[in-house]
Amino acid sequence: MGKPELNLPNEKGEKRIEQTLGKRRSLLSIIVAKFLQNKLAVFGLIMLTIIVGTALLAPWIAPHDPDFQNLRNRLAAPSGEFLLGTDHLGRDILSRLLYGGRVSLFVGFVAMVGAVTIGTTVGAVAGYFGGLVDAFLMRLVDIIISFPNIFLLITLVAVLEPSLDKLIMVFAFLSWTGTARLVRGEFLTLKKREFVLAARTIGMSNTKIIFGQILPSAMGPVIVAATLAVGGFILAESALSFLGLGVQPPTSTWGNMLTYSQSVTIFRTAWWYPTFPGVMILLTVLSFNFVGDGLRDALDPRVIEK
Amino acid sequence: MSTLLEVKNLKTHFFSKNKVFPVVDGLDFNVKKGETLAIVGESGSGKSITSLSIMGLVPKPGGKTVAGEIIFDGTDLLSLSENEMYKVRGNDIAMIFQEPMTSLNPVLTIGEQITEVLIYHKKISKKEARQRAVDLLKIVGFARAEEILDDYPHRLSGGMRQRVMIAMAMSCDPKLLIADEPTTALDVTVQAQILELMKDLSHKFDSSIILITHDLGVVAELADRVLVMYAGQVVEESEIVQLFDNPLHPYTQGLLGSVPKINEEQERLSSIGGNVPSPDNFPKGCRFSTRCPHVMEKCIENQPDLIEVYPGRKSRCFLHEEGDS
Repeated sequence: MGKPELNLPNEKGEKRIEQTLGKRRSLLSIIVAKFLQNKLAVFGLIMLTIIVGTALLAPWIAPHDPDFQNLRNRLAAPSGEFLLGTDHLGRDILSRLLYGGRVSLFVGFVAMVGAVTIGTTVGAVAGYFGGLVDAFLMRLVDIIISFPNIFLLITLVAVLEPSLDKLIMVFAFLSWTGTARLVRGEFLTLKKREFVLAARTIGMSNTKIIFGQILPSAMGPVIVAATLAVGGFILAESALSFLGLGVQPPTSTWGNMLTYSQSVTIFRTAWWYPTFPGVMILLTVLSFNFVGDGLRDALDPRVIEK
Repeated sequence: MSTLLEVKNLKTHFFSKNKVFPVVDGLDFNVKKGETLAIVGESGSGKSITSLSIMGLVPKPGGKTVAGEIIFDGTDLLSLSENEMYKVRGNDIAMIFQEPMTSLNPVLTIGEQITEVLIYHKKISKKEARQRAVDLLKIVGFARAEEILDDYPHRLSGGMRQRVMIAMAMSCDPKLLIADEPTTALDVTVQAQILELMKDLSHKFDSSIILITHDLGVVAELADRVLVMYAGQVVEESEIVQLFDNPLHPYTQGLLGSVPKINEEQERLSSIGGNVPSPDNFPKGCRFSTRCPHVMEKCIENQPDLIEVYPGRKSRCFLHEEGDS
């Protein structure tokens, strides 16, 4: 072509843009930097790392067999051998806490993954397609939200034999509704953005647009909700186990370790028995909430897009 | 030149509870291979809905293409299923939009967005797609294409994003590119770059372009033929030079009269009084009758047909009938 070269910005121009905008930083590094500015969130993350780490390593670091009973050594006060004392059957509380943490955290994580998966899918489909699909799914959400959860849980567990997997399933099926509403709301606004129409004009299918194009933008609030949900599930499991309806002994969880503290004598004479499981629940849930709040700030898209 | 796209009697209407809005109402036109056709008209004349109708992406719920044929390369697009349309969009027909700031996904890198199209339509590996994306970005004028590939859209200026959009649109070598006001949101200097780039690429890739705009300057720059739309209908169709030399329809005359001219001194720019009538309230006769300076009695009662006044030039006005008889 005998035409002059296109008059387009050159390498120099692009360099200048680099200078004005500063060095290229990946989205992740921006998020990490924002997260690290929040002291409470960092504290929560460190706590969680320790709690999850020790729970995972329980078989190697627990000083005693968590189920070994020694009735002659019941309700022994914390000492060199039993760092956090023993329970009403003479079992080591520290070891039971470590093993119990595995169960409590497992329930929290798996129930969260279940609830978030169902909630995200339902919310995404409802928000993206709208119309009748949306109306139907949202009425379903309304119905499930109206269930009196705690009674339903108690009834279900009373009718069915209580077990870990049933507990997790019931948790997941009753608590995806919040995520569904959240994701639906995000999709309602995001689907109107021009990049969605642009994606459709290049021939992307609805499934690809929902999961490949829109969901990444909606993930921030979902991650926050998921983090907070883990704490919620741990609390719920503790409450049910405390009532004796959750995970059954001899498997220990933080919740069912508190069951026997209901007895006034134990509460008065062996302060260490209810205190340590209670503190573990408190610390864990608090840490999840701190991390969740930190993530909420770090993932705020208005901050990222700047 | 053979015909690439033929639109016959296209009607896309919008429905509300008890009203019908005939936004596109009986459109006939064709696009030849390698040609650039401009569709011009005011806001609300149905230009954008025409382009979305061709893509099969009329906004739902509410909108529906109720009649007509869109024959592209021998097949009627309206008869294709949604799954078959996925293969046409992006591959055979691509589109670029007015707002380059919002038409790229803010959370995916430029590379991810371009390669996705290529992997999907051309079934090539990730590595090949990346190489092709680099080539494409170089073609649209990015000197450091490899680095741009890993950038997120927020790091690019409006003009750069529009060039990325063009690269994406051209990535699968489409036969037809629909550009919906591609330069409206850009600075004047950047507008010229983008227009030049599009002109260049349409030669290089040998694709046809439908250029939708309200800017007659852009039309003069790029188009071979022009379709003037008013209230959902074509009011004039013409070769580009003839249109500017001798506009036939009173509406086109009004449009051209409202463009400032560099070599004439004007106290005031002329303008067409009033607005495009709302689609639920089109006049019974000629749709331009409410604003036309030459309005006659029969214009109010009867609709004129689009007639061929000279070879290759059509206009929808009773004035030409009188001139002939």
